[in-house]
Amino acid sequence: MKPFALALALSLSAGAISAGAAHAAGASDTDEERAARWREIQTSIFGDRKVETTDALIKVDAPVRAMDAALVPITLTMPEKDRIAAVHLIIDDNPSPYAAQVTFGPAADPGELKLRVRVNNYTNVHAVAETKDGKLFETTKFVKASGGCSAPMGMSDEEAMKGMGDMRLKFAGEPQGGKPMEATLMIRHPNFSGMQMNQLTREYTPARYIQRVEVSYGAKNVLTLTGDISISSNPVINFAFLPEGKGPIRVVASDNQNGRWEQSFDAPSPSN
Amino acid sequence: MPAAAVGGGGWRPSRRAALFGGLCLCCLPSLSRSAEAFAMDEVGPGVFVRRGPDAEATAENNDAIANIGFIVGTEGVLVTESGGSLADGRWLRAEIRKRTDKPIRYVVLSHVHPDHCFGAAAFAEDRPVFVGHRDLRGALDARGAFYRTRLVEILGEERTGTVVYPTLEVRDEAEIDLGGRKLRFTAHGVAHTNCDLSMLDTGSGLLFPADLLFVGRVPSLDGSLIGWLKEIERLKGMGASRAVPGHGPTSVELAAGLADLGRYLSRLRDETRKAIAADLPIDKAVSTVAGDERGNWSLFDLYNGRNVTQAYKELEWE
Repeated sequence: MKPFALALALSLSAGAISAGAAHAAGASDTDEERAARWREIQTSIFGDRKVETTDALIKVDAPVRAMDAALVPITLTMPEKDRIAAVHLIIDDNPSPYAAQVTFGPAADPGELKLRVRVNNYTNVHAVAETKDGKLFETTKFVKASGGCSAPMGMSDEEAMKGMGDMRLKFAGEPQGGKPMEATLMIRHPNFSGMQMNQLTREYTPARYIQRVEVSYGAKNVLTLTGDISISSNPVINFAFLPEGKGPIRVVASDNQNGRWEQSFDAPSPSN
Repeated sequence: MPAAAVGGGGWRPSRRAALFGGLCLCCLPSLSRSAEAFAMDEVGPGVFVRRGPDAEATAENNDAIANIGFIVGTEGVLVTESGGSLADGRWLRAEIRKRTDKPIRYVVLSHVHPDHCFGAAAFAEDRPVFVGHRDLRGALDARGAFYRTRLVEILGEERTGTVVYPTLEVRDEAEIDLGGRKLRFTAHGVAHTNCDLSMLDTGSGLLFPADLLFVGRVPSLDGSLIGWLKEIERLKGMGASRAVPGHGPTSVELAAGLADLGRYLSRLRDETRKAIAADLPIDKAVSTVAGDERGNWSLFDLYNGRNVTQAYKELEWE
């Protein structure tokens, strides 16, 4: 799946750079055009597999009008969480639409997942749930934002790369036996989209983004995220896990330029 | 400069706009509808400022939304802010020429935001010194092209203008003699943006903090919240009692303006910290933090959520 997304990123972003092609797919597209684009993306990612529409298995929450196109908070809710094996987030009109794929391991509580993404244009955001029996269900939300992928960082590239790979993990509340626990993982990384331009050199800062994040609790996998240029700089992921055992929580993150960072966190465990 | 001449310059086009406006607004070139309808205030001896309306850039307003103006010395003219577009800068240049034939020697680029620096290209023929913060060049490198593209989308190529770089880069402080008056520049730490330059005019005693001071229009945070609060303290000690804010009335009491700004930014800081400590996610924080300030500022709903997002990004790593 991933090689496709990368190929798509390259072909479309080259077009966007040349002359307002990003503008062509935009606010004024008709529903038919949007539906056609989704069919094309869907086939590219999932092939012939059937993708059913659902309003029960997955919900996507995002601001209708983004305040900051480079940081659009997305919440995925999976009410029937025991059935969920993975989720996919697709931002149809981004230069590289396949924003993230998250597979859940045995130590996950896949009821809710939060991410922050870049939105480059008025677009449908599709969330696809993959159930443990291999079926696909999608839901969608329309988001108004523009320029999120090409928005400059507000600092030099060197500054943006300071502390790259530093991580923090925060837990909400106290662990209670058998109850899932919420965690927020923060990773320092510019996640350069490849569309941010340096005016002096007339060159684009090469894409450098977190490609893979693996979170485990003790010997069990919590989740594995496959990311792309649509993830905001300094990625933050909210998720929940099952604190059954002693941990620790181990995070391994890697980017597309062979950067690799690993950190262990003392995990809260139920004391009684 | 006689006040009548100032008023007359601004009045004629606006009456023309009023006469024809009701009949066929769409046929009037937008240039004459917007920029020329503004008037210049003489806020101090030889200091002229145009108030920018509290609005976003639109095709109709030429991005003429910041307070821009000029200072006349015996040796020449200094442009305090160049305008939000080539069209806005040209309008300002024409206003200067209505009042003085002295050479335009300096154009201040107060920071990287387009509503303050895209007018600069209108002064190219004067070959002035373009004064900017030491970090303005880098900021323009990173954002100039992006801002230009967005502005062209709104105004079209012809009215937008090009990115102009500073030719005098202020490291910490600098002084310019305009003849009979001196201008003292201070390059500030990361605050509203990472390249804020303020200026004190000894001729009038007025401080030009540019967008380090918003009055009435909700501040926009694009640098560092903690840094901005620090620079507010510095501005208080610069020996000025009145100031020309980047947005708001053409001149204000400095202490009162800074007090309002400081109150908003402190509230933004304190309530964002609270939200982070309480694990309130960013999508919830944007609709609650600093909500009590809504009644105090124009364009609040457009910018406050964005400010909370910026503040959250900055403070969650504390």
